[in-house]
Amino acid sequence: MKSTVIPIGPQHPVLPEPIHLKLTVVDEVISEVVPSLGFVHRGLEMLVDNRDYHQVVQVVERVCGICSMMHAMCYCQGIEEMMGVEVPPRAKYLRVIWSELHRMHSHLLWLGLFADSFGFESLFMQFWRIREKVLDIHEATTGNRVIVSVNTIGGVRKDLDDDQIEWIVSELKNVKREVRRLGPTLLDDYTVKKRTVGRGVLTSQQAIDLGTVGPTLRASGVARDMRQLGYAALGELDFEPVTEEAGDSWARCKVRFKEVLASIDIIRQAAEKTPGGEIAAKVKGAPPEGETVSRVEQPRGEVFYYIKSKGQKKLERLRIRTPTFANIPALLAILPGLYLSDVPVVVLSIDPCISCTER
Amino acid sequence: MEAQSISVKMDQLLGETAKLQVEGYTFVAVTGVEIDAETVELIYHFDRDLEMRHLRLSVQKGVRVPSITPVYLAAFLAENEVQDLFGVAFSGLAVDFKGTLYTENEMRGQSPFCRYTVVASENGEAAGAGDNSSENSSGEAS
Repeated sequence: MKSTVIPIGPQHPVLPEPIHLKLTVVDEVISEVVPSLGFVHRGLEMLVDNRDYHQVVQVVERVCGICSMMHAMCYCQGIEEMMGVEVPPRAKYLRVIWSELHRMHSHLLWLGLFADSFGFESLFMQFWRIREKVLDIHEATTGNRVIVSVNTIGGVRKDLDDDQIEWIVSELKNVKREVRRLGPTLLDDYTVKKRTVGRGVLTSQQAIDLGTVGPTLRASGVARDMRQLGYAALGELDFEPVTEEAGDSWARCKVRFKEVLASIDIIRQAAEKTPGGEIAAKVKGAPPEGETVSRVEQPRGEVFYYIKSKGQKKLERLRIRTPTFANIPALLAILPGLYLSDVPVVVLSIDPCISCTER
Repeated sequence: MEAQSISVKMDQLLGETAKLQVEGYTFVAVTGVEIDAETVELIYHFDRDLEMRHLRLSVQKGVRVPSITPVYLAAFLAENEVQDLFGVAFSGLAVDFKGTLYTENEMRGQSPFCRYTVVASENGEAAGAGDNSSENSSGEAS
């Protein structure tokens, strides 16, 4: 049968950000996918040439708004390791609280967008309504709703008093109740399952071979999560990666849904254990000559930073590998064999962030 | 990071990569670092059970590097990125965008992440000439 090439993107109603997918279809069944990137590439890594290493914190926060806190945390942890800076315990706990809040708002945003992708508008609005509560916490504790900008090299820039911590925990109890209430609608609904179960299956072996990361990897049954490294205060908190076995769009949805609840639990533990003391160590001088890698689990998966210094205030090289960049090969593997109508749901199921990819 | 790094020569790259794959390492990233006007260092990062290993390959600008995509298909985007940004050409790349992964006309033929020299010519072939700082600031292709 004759094949047809259908281009999707970079401007397309189902794609929130510019990526171009050249789909070869035979009678509406996809046989091949070739991606194009680079429509909004910013070359942020090269800004280390004219920013000192403190200013780069603000640069990496702008790699991606949705996971800005984790970008800055990953970068700061790398520099702190190079400089031998001992981050105060309180700062480590505060980093955990804000980073898990970030994961929650990212996942809630995605859950809404995912519902929107299969036309479930009211569910989309419900998830975004809940997300507003998390953004309100961001605003009340940091002054910003998305780019919270709390990290600095040596710790954090803002503190939380006991009342604020108590308020966050009580607010999250409400969030947990509301998220749970939406669970059956999202995960047990006949129509939702019809659009997601068995669509875009990624086996565990494929996921490993293709270097997949984050919920996309864990939905294929691989219990790998950078939080297992125990960075910040995570080593002192109970945490188990959320996994699912099916590897399809529904499993990826379920992993993110459960991770929202898991983040609430991590924040509750961190709130109970947050010690008193300083929130940032003093940092003087420049990173010594050398190089390091730093990794953090972002909402979409592992973010990888390579940092090289020549002992000067301006870094020699900063390289950022974002989770979506790692998940694109998996996306190309799961699309062939699907119907064209499945593309929006399956593309969205890996939670693509082109802003991150086009750093 | 030094302790987990292995320096390899061009002809050892695929063998060492295959060895890591057999040992259960997954591909993480490729980092290009410009060392001087003649040399770019490629660092291949791998992970197994949260432990990292790095292969370091020093490349003379203008010399083609064997792609590791026959071993790790997942590396094709990372290698295309290095090809675009550092002008290092790869042979045997599974999906080769030929220097056009990041937009065609604006960046093709340039190596914008190299400070010292423009590495690739207009047709994407390695050339190795010119001062990149002035080329890039004026926004003209080499």
